[in-house]
Amino acid sequence: MTEDNILQIKNLHVRFPIHIGTVRAVDDVSLSIRRGEVMGLVGESGCGKSTLGFSILKLLRPPGEISAGQILYNDRDVVSMGEKELLSFRGRQVSMIFQDPLTSLNPLFRVGDQFVEAIRTHEPEVKPREAWARAEQTLKHLGIAPERLVEYPHQMSGGMRQRIMIGMGLVLNPGLLIADEPTTALDVIVEAQFLDLLNRLRQEFNLTILLISHNLGIVAQMADRVTVMYGGRIVESGSALDLFGNPRHPYTQGLLASIPNIKLDQPELRTMPGAPPDLVDPPPGCVFAPRCPQVMERCRRHRPEEFNVSGMRVACWLYDN
Amino acid sequence: MKNLIRYVVTRALLTIPMLLILLTIVFVVVRVMPGDPVSSMLGGHAPQSVIDQKKEELGLNRPLIVQYGDYLMQICRLDFGESMILHQKVLDAIGDKIPATIELTFFGMIITLLVGVPLGAYAADKRRSAQDYAIRLYGIVIYCIPVYWLGLMLQMIFGVWMDILPVAGRTGARVFVSTFEKTGFYTLDTLLVRDFEAFADVMLHLVLPSVTLGLVLSGIFIRLTRANMLDVLKSDYILAAEARGIRHRRVVYKHAILNAFVPILTMMGLQVALLMAGAVLTESTFSWPGMGRLLLERIYLRDYPTIQGIIVIFALIVAFVSLIVDIIYALVDPRVRY
Repeated sequence: MTEDNILQIKNLHVRFPIHIGTVRAVDDVSLSIRRGEVMGLVGESGCGKSTLGFSILKLLRPPGEISAGQILYNDRDVVSMGEKELLSFRGRQVSMIFQDPLTSLNPLFRVGDQFVEAIRTHEPEVKPREAWARAEQTLKHLGIAPERLVEYPHQMSGGMRQRIMIGMGLVLNPGLLIADEPTTALDVIVEAQFLDLLNRLRQEFNLTILLISHNLGIVAQMADRVTVMYGGRIVESGSALDLFGNPRHPYTQGLLASIPNIKLDQPELRTMPGAPPDLVDPPPGCVFAPRCPQVMERCRRHRPEEFNVSGMRVACWLYDN
Repeated sequence: MKNLIRYVVTRALLTIPMLLILLTIVFVVVRVMPGDPVSSMLGGHAPQSVIDQKKEELGLNRPLIVQYGDYLMQICRLDFGESMILHQKVLDAIGDKIPATIELTFFGMIITLLVGVPLGAYAADKRRSAQDYAIRLYGIVIYCIPVYWLGLMLQMIFGVWMDILPVAGRTGARVFVSTFEKTGFYTLDTLLVRDFEAFADVMLHLVLPSVTLGLVLSGIFIRLTRANMLDVLKSDYILAAEARGIRHRRVVYKHAILNAFVPILTMMGLQVALLMAGAVLTESTFSWPGMGRLLLERIYLRDYPTIQGIIVIFALIVAFVSLIVDIIYALVDPRVRY
């Protein structure tokens, strides 16, 4: 079966050499995103999901580096791109929006000027005035009065700034939008409005989105398919319906069980015992083994292969039969 | 705008108590110093009657508190008095010398900024590289070097060995100051009369003193710029700009440097005081006829009113510059409101 993949990550390894050793932030991860879908990437803090997002733009902060693997965007390998190629790739082909809209815009420049700069970076032939007009169009689309382009970021609310970030991400019509925890800094009502907007834009522009979040709720609401990361590895992936309805991997099961439910009469919050693994010196077998309620002997020694369980990919020895 | 005016007025009013405190300190300190104007004028062997007569003339025999009160009243009338040694108004003496000092500190500051800010930004961008360590080392070493030593070295290298730059004074022998002097700012004056030969001569004379002064202070600016740049380069909007495909050089030298510049501005305001202090030493080293040399001369002569006058003027300049800096703040950073 040939799938129309816009992005294919193959056996990606990302390391951060630090003084006490090497952090394996992303450890042999393969993932593909189909054109037009929303892929949710979930996991707890420090599991490598944001690092994975930054790797796609090859924008890791030093000392982080991609040590092996391929990232194919429309069959072009990002990992082997040179600096010049990367410049025309970032923003134009793949754009990214960040967790904190309050700090993602340069405080000293007017919002409109930042739009113009983004546009003219990739299309230098566009005159500043045309670029400004295009920014106005984009703002209208986002439900923001175009006059606000002359304002500075601090004059806008958090939700509005996040919409501006989206606008800046979309003004160049990129093929893929990476949204790294886009609503974490927003309150619940603004979050809901923002997700509505994202849904609407998605349909209008036929967007492909990689939605990185630790919030299972918004991923369930937005994503077509979901990938779960733990300790720098992918533990389970599949369609959102299957994954949330019938999780296979013990980690995913634990993750879903730890969502508080107001309807159930729970005297205590359910939590997973233990702590995330040390990525400098991860367990030799399955990274989740030390916390897993169904751990077996081989889990501690051998890294689990990926098994196909009724359409889902699960990296767990439980499904080896 | 209205707020800004109110802010400026408040700040200006706040300099009054500052000046009062400063005046009091200076007034006491110069009188506590050993020696006095009379003995420096008459020498150590003058007969007591002559000394007493001179003291009476200058009013130095009155109780200190009366002298102090008198002096304050005088200052309130913006009268800085007359030199105790020469028959010259203090303000005239200062007015003669102040353009030379302002010219020197202005160019010194420009050199400091031109050297300090780009080097600091570059070091931050290339953090932990050989260039970074070299720049940081330079910053420390240059900050530790005494102004006069650096001045002497530069004089020796460029003035004596290579013989390409003048080592003393504001003009050379072939330039007649009287043909252009108007404001006392020679760079300006020569341009006003379109005497470009004289202008070139004046600029040449400025090179060594202002480079000396500027380099010594550039160390602080390197460290300050580097530290601020490191902070700014970590921020999300820098990453976001790079994620938009904007060239790294543009991100660093446009987006980041402007954000790192706000604290540097504060430092500039504060550095003016240091610059003035450095100017005193630089002027002595380069025989620069400015306020610093005047101050030094008059301290030797124990010329109380002139010393006091010069220090008040220095304080006013520092206060004025930091006020200007505060106003520039609001222009650079749209978030600043008064």
